[in-house]
Amino acid sequence: MDIRAQLSMSFHMDKCIGCHTCSVSCKNVWTSRRGAEYMWWNNVETKPGAGYPLTWEDQERYRGGWEVSGGSLRLKLLKGPGKIRTLANIFFQPNLPTVDDYYEPFTYDYQNLFNAPAGDDQPTARPKSLITGEFMEKIVLGPNWDDDMAGSPLYSANDPNLKGLSESQKEMLTKFHKLFFFYLPRICNHCLNPACVASCPSGAIYKRGEDGIVLIDQDTCRAWRFCVSACPYKKPYYNWANGKSEKCIFCYPRTETGQPNACAHACTGRIRFVGALLYDADRIEDVAKTPDDRLVEAMREIVLDPNDPRVVEEARKAGIDENWIRAAQQSPAYNLFKKWRIAMPNHPEFRTVPMNFYIPPLSPILHNAKAENGGTFDPESTEFFNEIDKMRIPVRFLANMLSAGNEQVVLESLKKQMAVRIYIRQKRVGDIGDSKAKSVLSSVGLTPQDAEDIYRLTSLGTFQERFVIPETHREHMTTVDPRTMYEKRGSVGFGPKKKEFLGRTW
Amino acid sequence: MDKVLFGAMPYVLIFTAIVGAIWRFRSNKYTWSSQSSQFLENKTLFFGSFPWHYGIITILLGHIFGIFFPSAILAWNGVPVRLYILELTALSFGFLALFGLLALIYRRLTNSRVKALTSSWDVLILIVLLIQVVTGVLNATMYRWGSNWYAGAAVPWIWSILKLNPNVDYVATLPLITKVHIFNAMIFIGFIPFSRLAHFVVLNPYKYLVRPYQVVRWYKRTPQTENIVQYK
Repeated sequence: MDIRAQLSMSFHMDKCIGCHTCSVSCKNVWTSRRGAEYMWWNNVETKPGAGYPLTWEDQERYRGGWEVSGGSLRLKLLKGPGKIRTLANIFFQPNLPTVDDYYEPFTYDYQNLFNAPAGDDQPTARPKSLITGEFMEKIVLGPNWDDDMAGSPLYSANDPNLKGLSESQKEMLTKFHKLFFFYLPRICNHCLNPACVASCPSGAIYKRGEDGIVLIDQDTCRAWRFCVSACPYKKPYYNWANGKSEKCIFCYPRTETGQPNACAHACTGRIRFVGALLYDADRIEDVAKTPDDRLVEAMREIVLDPNDPRVVEEARKAGIDENWIRAAQQSPAYNLFKKWRIAMPNHPEFRTVPMNFYIPPLSPILHNAKAENGGTFDPESTEFFNEIDKMRIPVRFLANMLSAGNEQVVLESLKKQMAVRIYIRQKRVGDIGDSKAKSVLSSVGLTPQDAEDIYRLTSLGTFQERFVIPETHREHMTTVDPRTMYEKRGSVGFGPKKKEFLGRTW
Repeated sequence: MDKVLFGAMPYVLIFTAIVGAIWRFRSNKYTWSSQSSQFLENKTLFFGSFPWHYGIITILLGHIFGIFFPSAILAWNGVPVRLYILELTALSFGFLALFGLLALIYRRLTNSRVKALTSSWDVLILIVLLIQVVTGVLNATMYRWGSNWYAGAAVPWIWSILKLNPNVDYVATLPLITKVHIFNAMIFIGFIPFSRLAHFVVLNPYKYLVRPYQVVRWYKRTPQTENIVQYK
């Protein structure tokens, strides 16, 4: 057993209102620079939707992630001769998305509003490309172009998660009164088996041993761009101006001091939870090779119970600090993902063993279940609970997105969320009946205490409950940047470092 | 004149290359990059980058082979058929590289996005590379048989440079185009550390073939890189 710690973020999709506050705070802190304008380390997508970059989930096109072939794990990108293929394609990558799959970064010619000569017409601010500096005819794509199902037949209809849905289910995309959608906030998953790391010819990308954050060493990166192709989530971005790849850094300068990430801190819906997990690194390869239907289960098995005295003892032996073990014991990530089993990873079938978890949304499903909306059930009645899998809303869609197609995993989570609602309603309103509410709870394997805890964390959770982030012990580190904060000012944005010849090593 | 160009300049430019590389690696590692522009344009690039790199790498490896085994080349060329095979193969790779280079230059001149990101160093190295490839192809077509006198005249001169005992006589009588080819090659070497050509001396990708897929860096346990997953 090789116990390691991992920071993990969970998202309550039911509560996400798609306001993009997370994206904007991330952008303001990290990526408002030349070459990084188009990078959205955090972005929020409408689902069903084509996503950002367009149809990133379609691995037939991008060949991201891993596949099991002949009993061993292989990068999908390396079809055929394996690693040699990486070097053979180093001059031109057939699967690399280009700027047209994202969008051409632009600004507006605001000065014209002030400087335009007097005339009969109102002056306008025309869009201007940030790459060429030339005026653009029109803007054809943006970071959340199909937000709230805009242009559904053109964009959402291409969502790869719609695979396996019946025609009548797909029809909902085009019928306004039958429409359903929800939001998928995405950051880098800081995977246990990252494809970006595995594909980097320079060896510039690495996973930090202490907290599992995946970073790109900006001095070693040589712009071979394989991380962009290999990552199935398309979270490494290529800086076209500086010739370096960059990615979400899980706000490590903040988490190292116990503060939550910029996106999580700013979230107005309080949908995000950040916590530590303990896992067994010896089993990563086995988990990544598990067949699709058992993938989520295998991922739950690799995460260890931090309250088990044997695990704690092993963790201490592995050099994990006391505050990290304590944090893991109170971790919202552990509770949501493993203890209550209501959160699940995004696209586990990419086999990178992603470490961010999502609670599937119940709300649009309930809305469409009502008879007056064309459904067959009344969600207010308790009968509804037992028929949750017969709803005309495609559980298949959620399963394609969150559990490698295993509908049971999604149904378990939906039923548990529903059971908690019934239990709390009985407590508050009292119109369901105590024994009925309790039997619903026990039928999904939850205790009243669990229900109280889930309700507490997901509805009332305070800052301290939602973010349990242990501080890093920098005093133990062997390689620490010796500069003071004053000397480091302005350097966090990865800008070119000016160093004196024969000067400091940093 | 020959003494300056082919006796002294090689040392100046090799010295520039080595000192320049150390200076840039120490002072501004961040800018050490291939500066790929595939992200901005990838259709013409396919017809430029692939032929260019495969063509020029083959030619370059041929030249390097010649430096170390000139007698092997002369022995191979002893039979006319084998000489024709070598010359024709080399020439076709030369044309492949030339085609790719012209496509890359065309792309840089016509694509507005790529043009916007073109630095003066990029223009300079494209000129140097164009001169190099054109003179190389002219050498091969006009003065046969290039592989023979490369092994017979240029290689001894290169060794005289490397042995710190420059003997300009080897190259003094060569035709002008060949002289341009040789001098331009030295300019190219001198430019390497200062331009995007730096990506070509980076040895990192070759390590990729032998390292395990996953890389983990510990700040605490050991300062070295430690790997977790060992795939077969």
